[in-house]
Amino acid sequence: MNPLVLWFHKLGSPPYFYRLAGRFQPWLYALALITGAVGLYGGLFIAPADYQQGDSFRMIYVHVPCAWMSLFVYVFMAANAFVALVWRIKLSETLAMASAPIGAAFTFITLVTGSLWGKPMWGTWWTWDARLTSELVLLFLYLGVIGLYHAIEDTRQAARAAAFLALIGVVNLPIVHYSVVWWNTLHQAQTVSLMGQSKISSSMLWPLLTMAFATHVYFFASLLARSRAALLALESGKDWVREIALRESAQEARAHG
Amino acid sequence: MTPTRKRRLIAVALILGAVGIATALTVTALSQNMTYLFSPSETLAGHAPPGASFKLGGVVLEHSIQRDPNSLKVDFVVTDRFKQVPVEYTGILPDLFREGQSVIATGKMQGDRFVAREVLAKHDETYMPKEVADAIAKAKATQGTPAPR
Repeated sequence: MNPLVLWFHKLGSPPYFYRLAGRFQPWLYALALITGAVGLYGGLFIAPADYQQGDSFRMIYVHVPCAWMSLFVYVFMAANAFVALVWRIKLSETLAMASAPIGAAFTFITLVTGSLWGKPMWGTWWTWDARLTSELVLLFLYLGVIGLYHAIEDTRQAARAAAFLALIGVVNLPIVHYSVVWWNTLHQAQTVSLMGQSKISSSMLWPLLTMAFATHVYFFASLLARSRAALLALESGKDWVREIALRESAQEARAHG
Repeated sequence: MTPTRKRRLIAVALILGAVGIATALTVTALSQNMTYLFSPSETLAGHAPPGASFKLGGVVLEHSIQRDPNSLKVDFVVTDRFKQVPVEYTGILPDLFREGQSVIATGKMQGDRFVAREVLAKHDETYMPKEVADAIAKAKATQGTPAPR
């Protein structure tokens, strides 16, 4: 078998993933913390004030990375949901379900920070324009996936039902992304674009990109932690989990004398 | 690929395709009805609902803002650079409200004046430090050509 395919099969096995994730997790948390601190300091203290909005524009350094993450996490969740539905891989179910609360948190932060910025700048906390409404729908989709997962007793059946909902919700993603292009909205159009020129000065852009990097790393760190815990619960009867439990309790006993 | 997986793959793809098409149709249908705002030209041409509340969007005409010194009443003109609509509003305006700024006013027409209940400022997607904005304005003033964005 092709070594890459073999590695992929190995990765799908819960004990192997549990060990590998445990090795990466602290490094990812540290990297997220450091880049996040650098990005926030750059955004809040080093970047110059905007010519029109003054210091209020600094909300961009939290709002925009979180908004990007709200979409990115959904894509990640839906991709895993797809694999879980077709190939019934246990790890994909776990990863999809573990990413839903993180995505919901990012979406919630996006809505709250946008609202806090909107009051002084636009003059309103909330308006039913296409961008804001579709982002709210995204939050409800995340909450729906989480709710459905917890409503069904059997974990694996629950994961498949919730994965199906997550997959259906993918249709909302292009609406969120293109809402500012398709309709006349109060929300401004896209500032930073991968292709073509960004409409932001480079002195203001680098902290934004640093924050975007930090939020991505944080997502994966948090995802590994959540899915490790979920795997332990899911496989609680298996030998490898029992081994870990015995080892941990032995250490605990030694520590307490 | 095993037949079971192939069947699941096809089923999932079909359902996704159906939902995608349904959403695309809904979005297209909504695009024709879902108007967040009307421009001054559309308003004067009678496209806006008569007698009902709607949103008027445009740019605040330069040198048109008149503040009543004894109250919060403000009069200004909203333009789309073709037609103009006079607007009156009583209340606190957002920080970004200024001449040449895009605004969205909610209210209704009373005669030929638009009486607003709420005025929102629309921000564009450009962010730059004040020094850069000043330099661009200066370059525009001296050369008379629009500076590159």
